[in-house]
Amino acid sequence: MGSIVLDNVSKTFGDAVVIPAIDLDIADGEFVVFVGPSGCGKSTLLRLIAGLEDVSGGRILIDGEDMTETPPARRRLAMVFQSYALYPHMSVRGNIAFPLKMAGLASDVVERKVADAARILNLTDYLDRKPRQLSGGQRQRVAIGRAIVRDPVAFLFDEPLSNLDAALRVAMRLEISELHQQLKRTMIYVTHDQVEAMTMADKIVVLNAGRVEQVGSPLELYRNPKNLFVAGFIGSPRMNFLSGEAARKLGAATIGIRPEHLALSTSDGLWEGKVGVAEHLGSDTYLHLTIDGVGPLTARMSGEFAARPGETLRIAPEAGKIHRFDDKGMALS
Amino acid sequence: MATLHTRASARLMMAPAVILLLAWMIVPLGMTLYFSLLRYNLLMPGMESFTGLGNYVYFLTDPAFGTALANTLLLVGGVLAITVIGGTGLALLLDQPFFGRGIVRLLVIAPFFVMPTVSALVWKTMLMHPVNGLFAWIARSLGFAPVDWFADLPLLSIILIVAWQWLPFATLILLTALQSLDEEQKEAAEMDGAGAVSRFVYIVLPHLARAMTVVVLIETIFLLSVFAEILVTTNGGPGVQTTTITYLVYMQALLQFDVGGASAGGIVAVVLANIVAIFLIRLIGKNLDR
Ligand SMILES: Nc1ncnc2c1ncn2[C@@H]1O[C@H](COP(=O)(O)OP(=O)(O)OP(=O)(O)O)[C@@H](O)[C@H]1O
Ligand SMILES: [Mg+2]
Repeated sequence: MGSIVLDNVSKTFGDAVVIPAIDLDIADGEFVVFVGPSGCGKSTLLRLIAGLEDVSGGRILIDGEDMTETPPARRRLAMVFQSYALYPHMSVRGNIAFPLKMAGLASDVVERKVADAARILNLTDYLDRKPRQLSGGQRQRVAIGRAIVRDPVAFLFDEPLSNLDAALRVAMRLEISELHQQLKRTMIYVTHDQVEAMTMADKIVVLNAGRVEQVGSPLELYRNPKNLFVAGFIGSPRMNFLSGEAARKLGAATIGIRPEHLALSTSDGLWEGKVGVAEHLGSDTYLHLTIDGVGPLTARMSGEFAARPGETLRIAPEAGKIHRFDDKGMALS
Repeated sequence: MATLHTRASARLMMAPAVILLLAWMIVPLGMTLYFSLLRYNLLMPGMESFTGLGNYVYFLTDPAFGTALANTLLLVGGVLAITVIGGTGLALLLDQPFFGRGIVRLLVIAPFFVMPTVSALVWKTMLMHPVNGLFAWIARSLGFAPVDWFADLPLLSIILIVAWQWLPFATLILLTALQSLDEEQKEAAEMDGAGAVSRFVYIVLPHLARAMTVVVLIETIFLLSVFAEILVTTNGGPGVQTTTITYLVYMQALLQFDVGGASAGGIVAVVLANIVAIFLIRLIGKNLDR
């Protein structure tokens, strides 16, 4: 019931073409993440789906029905805004009940649904507080509560976690994933954080300047990025890109190798590099190396790896894990 | 950063201003209180004598007093109602994007810059005049008998004139409040299924509550002392139909030269203004502490 199809959707503001033309299929119950750098049109695309912005061309189908001209309220979508957009003069109860009141439900039904939502989101103790008396994470949950009571066909999230601190972000990430498993509803989630994208998504849509660069499951994008942009965007630390002689030997304009696919030793390896900075995270060690005639390289070693700055090491890329790209930046198979 | 030291020096530095303001207020108030206890008429100089509360009894039992009190409250209430409701409507209109919005905004604000006497004269002679006025002309060309505003509806006429002057103020304050409403809140309400009316009632109005409180409080202070408009148009008449407390005090002092009676009236007006202020603060002031 919650399938969403974008058919050749475009959006321009005046002369500025923000989204040239996008085709996208989202299956019912899928958790889709839109990622991309700032200003690439993620929010705009989400607002087009929500109906808060009119499309300049193309069609939007929700549950097989053409909803391109339908006003937001009748698309049966719920949105969680980046600023939460809670109603400041209403209590938490009033906020969560608002969409139900607007739908004209009886007050005992409203009462029950609000209580259910509050229980799912651990808000029962805060129902009588005003939004300004809540912490960031609690406000976030109220915004989600307001979305789930409406029983929408799909949820839209616009960077819902970007105002939270790192620890809370990890916790809320998990909560939203659990909510998805519980409700089994379509969710579209916008973020510029590729870790959020990798951990939460069934399907990632990588956007760049309003264009879809690649669509696929997190591991698909990780294993087979279609082009340099996706290869550089997905994965942390970033993939190493090498051009010049090293790439030409493999018949490519650029080659890419992920930091975790490099083996370091004192004895053998393709390249020889000098250790610059070593970052010790405990679980991992990131080594920033410089290779003569090739360039800088980051290597990720599991666990604690003893390496002194200035030390010379041999570097061996794992066989079959080297990505090759042509001079237009497209992947070579 | 209010340490003991900074607070002490802050007090010291504020002292001159506070003392000056206090003297500015206390001296006239004290003199008015003193005069209000005297039998003091300018037509009989040198005959001042102490009468106790006689002036107050005289003022409060004056048959015009009850009417004046009612007129004052009607004037303040009427103007407040028109400006707050009309101001909200105008602010909503001016918040919409339309062609020539800048010029229309300027026109709406213009009445605020016109002196009360001038605007009252313009209304009296150009708009409401039963023979030459614009309203009369409109009524006649539509086939109705023209209304003689100041003879038949004197208080309403004055309410309209004063409301016209204060409408821009209310509009301006409410417009800025409206523009500070978070766009995402309106969008969220829209997605929650609230139509235009529900969005206004549940989102916009509560957001405007504080600004409305400010408008009501400030306007009340000024409206309690409306004077020029009455003097220029009706002179408090016909009879006492447009006599307010302020105007009654003026009549005592400058038409009957009764300084004692006028002072007593002034004190009564101060007390009344304070009662109104207490009521207002009780009623709507809680919107402000947040
Ligand atoms: N109302 C508007 N009028 C004109 N241009 C706009 C408007 N809204 C967005 N844009 C432009 O569209 C582009 C995409 O904006 P959008 O908000 O979708 O970016 P985003 O991907 O969500 O970025 P971020 O990650 O920073 O939130 C930007 O270049 C922005 O300047
Ligand atoms: Mg955005």
